[in-house]
Amino acid sequence: MEQVNQGVRENVYPQAAQALYRTLSQAAISAVTPIAAVLVALAFGATLLWLNGFDGTDVVTVMIFGSFQDTRSVAEILLKATPLILIGAGLCVAFRCSIWNIGAEGQLYVGAIAATFVGTSIDGLSVWVHAPLVMLAGALAGAAWAGIAGYLKVRFQASEIVTTIMLNYIAIILTSYLVTGPMKDASAAYPQSARLVREAWTPRIVSDMRLHIGILVAVVLAVALYIFLQRSSRGFALRVVGLNPHAARYAGMDVRRNVMIAICISGALAGLAGAFEVAGVTHRLYQNISPGYGFEGIAVALLANNNPLAAIISGGLFATLRSGSEVLQITSQVPQVLVLVIQGMVILSVVAFAKFRDKFRFVA
Amino acid sequence: MDDMMFLTFLATLVGAAWRLATPLIFASIGEVFSERAGVLNIGLEGTMLVGAFCGFATAFATGSILLGLLAGVGGGMLFGLVFAFFTITIKADQIVVGAALNLLGMGLTAFLFRTYYVSTGKGIEIAQPIHIPWLSDLPFLGEAFFKQNLIVYSTILVAILATLVLYRTSFGLTLRAVGEHPKAVDVAGRNVAGYRYAAVLVGTGLAGLGGAFLTLGHSNQFVEGITSGRGFIALAVVVFARWSPMGAFFVSLLFGLFYALQLMLQAQASIVVPYQLLQALPYIMTIITLVVVRGKGAAPSKLGQPYEMR
Repeated sequence: MEQVNQGVRENVYPQAAQALYRTLSQAAISAVTPIAAVLVALAFGATLLWLNGFDGTDVVTVMIFGSFQDTRSVAEILLKATPLILIGAGLCVAFRCSIWNIGAEGQLYVGAIAATFVGTSIDGLSVWVHAPLVMLAGALAGAAWAGIAGYLKVRFQASEIVTTIMLNYIAIILTSYLVTGPMKDASAAYPQSARLVREAWTPRIVSDMRLHIGILVAVVLAVALYIFLQRSSRGFALRVVGLNPHAARYAGMDVRRNVMIAICISGALAGLAGAFEVAGVTHRLYQNISPGYGFEGIAVALLANNNPLAAIISGGLFATLRSGSEVLQITSQVPQVLVLVIQGMVILSVVAFAKFRDKFRFVA
Repeated sequence: MDDMMFLTFLATLVGAAWRLATPLIFASIGEVFSERAGVLNIGLEGTMLVGAFCGFATAFATGSILLGLLAGVGGGMLFGLVFAFFTITIKADQIVVGAALNLLGMGLTAFLFRTYYVSTGKGIEIAQPIHIPWLSDLPFLGEAFFKQNLIVYSTILVAILATLVLYRTSFGLTLRAVGEHPKAVDVAGRNVAGYRYAAVLVGTGLAGLGGAFLTLGHSNQFVEGITSGRGFIALAVVVFARWSPMGAFFVSLLFGLFYALQLMLQAQASIVVPYQLLQALPYIMTIITLVVVRGKGAAPSKLGQPYEMR
C-alpha cells in the first residue's frame, strides 16, 4: 500500500511539475512579443516627443511610473482598466471567430444609454436589485447593437467592419440627441441626463475612492471567457469558425449562429463597460462618455494575442499609459493624444514581432 | 416652397453634393485600385487624416494650395508605404494593420496639430471657385455645375484617367489579375508584390488628396478627426460601385447628396426633424447600401489575402 502510494506520487508530481514548467515557459515565450512590442512603441513615442521639443525620457518617467504615486492613483488606473479589460476580453472572442467588430465604441454608448434609462426611470428598488439591473441593461443593449451588425453580416453578407463603424457614429449621434433632447436634465445648462438614483450606482470598493466593483466583474468575466473559449464546446466551435468556416460547416457547425454568438458576446461586454461608466463613474450620461475606450480595446485584444486572460494584463497596461498621458499633459503640456500613437505602434510592433518569431521558429 | 425657390434649392443642393462628394471620389477611386490588386486598406481614414494635415501644414507654411495638395498626396503615399510594407512584405493581416494605421493617423495628426497650430487659431486661403464665362452665369445650371473650384472639377479627370488605366493599359490588366489570380501573374514573370505596392500607393496617394481637399478646398482649417468617417464610407462606396472607378464616382456623388441634404436641411428653420437625425444620414445610408447591394460576386477573389510565393 505504502509502495503504491509512493509510486503514484512519483508519477504525479514530476508530471505536474513538468506541466507547470511547460506552461510557464510557454507563457514566458508568448510574453516576449508583447513586451518587445510595448518597448518599441514607447521608444517611438519618446522619439516623437524628442523631435518636437519635449523631453523624450518623460515617456518612461512620467507615463509609466508617474501614475503610480499613491493608492489613489493606482485606483484611478484600475478605474480606467475596467472598460479596457471588459472590451478587450470581449473582442478576443469576436476576433477568435474572425469577426472584425470595430464597433465596441458604439456598443459602449448604447450600453450607457440603456443603463441611464434604467437608472433614472425606476425608483424605489433595493441596491441589490437596481445596480445589477443597470449592468444587465447595458450588456443587453450592447449585445443588441452588435447583433445588428452580426445579423446584417450573416443575412446580407454586409461587411461587419463597415457596419460596426457606421453604428459607432450612429450611437454617438444618438447619445448627443438624447442628452440634448428627450433625456436632458431640464435644470442643467450643460447637455447631460438626470442623475441616476443612488440605488442604481455601481457600489464602490472603498467609499472615498471612485474605484467600483466593475474591475472585479471585469477580471471575473475575462477569466470566464478564457475558460469558455478554451474548454467549452461552444468556444471550440467559435474558434473553428474563425479558423476555417468551410471546415466548420462541413463538421456540422452552424456558422451563422456562432458568428452571432461571438459578436453579441463582444457587444455585451462593451455595453457593460458603458453601463459602468455611467453607473460607476459619472452617474449621468454625457455626450462624450468615452474617451475612445472602444478603439483602445482593439489594441488591448491584439496585444493579448486574442487571449481574454492576457487581456487583463494588457488592459492594465493601456490604462497605465492613458493615466500617464494625462499626467504628462499636466506636467509638460504634451498633447494627451500621444497615447493614440503609442496604441497604434503597439499593434504594428505586435504584428511585426509575431511574424519574425514565426520565421525564427521555422528556421530552428 | 414655390417652383422658383425649389429650383434654386435644387441647384444649390447639386452644387454642394459634388463639392462634398469630392473627398469620397478621390478616396474611393484610390481604394478601387488597391482592392482590385487584392489589398483591402481599412486604414483609409487615417490616411485621409494624414493627407488633410500635411496639406494644411504645407499651405500654412508656404501659402500655396498646389504645394499643399502635393504634400497631401505625398503624406498619404508615405503612410501607404508603411501599410504596404506590413501587409505585402511582412504579409501581416490587412485589417489589423489598417486598424493600427487609423489610430496612428488620428494620433499623429492630433498631436502635431495641438503642438504647433491649435494656439495660432489661424486658417488658410482655400481654393476659390473659378468663374467660367457664360456657363457660370446660366440660371440654375450655373449654380449646380459651374461654380466649383479646380479640385472639384479634377474629379472628372481622375475618374476618366482611372478607368483608362485600369481597363485600357497592360498595367491595369496585370493589376486586376493580381487581385484575381496572383499565381498566374507570378508564373508569367511579373512581380506580384510590386504591383500590389503600386496599387496601394495609388490608393493612398488619392486618399491623401481627398483628405487635403477637406482642408484646402472645403474648410480652411484642420480639425482633429476632420474626415469624420469618410475613409470608412469610401470602403462602402467601393462595394456599391462594384469595384469600378466610374461607379465609385457616381456612388460618391450619391453620398455627397446625403451630406448636402443634411447641411441644407439643417439650415431650413421650417424643418422640425432633429438635426442629429440628419447628421446620421450618411452613416445610415452606408449601412443600407451594404444591405441592398450584395456585391460579393464582383469582389476581387483574392481580396484581403497575402500572396505566398512558392
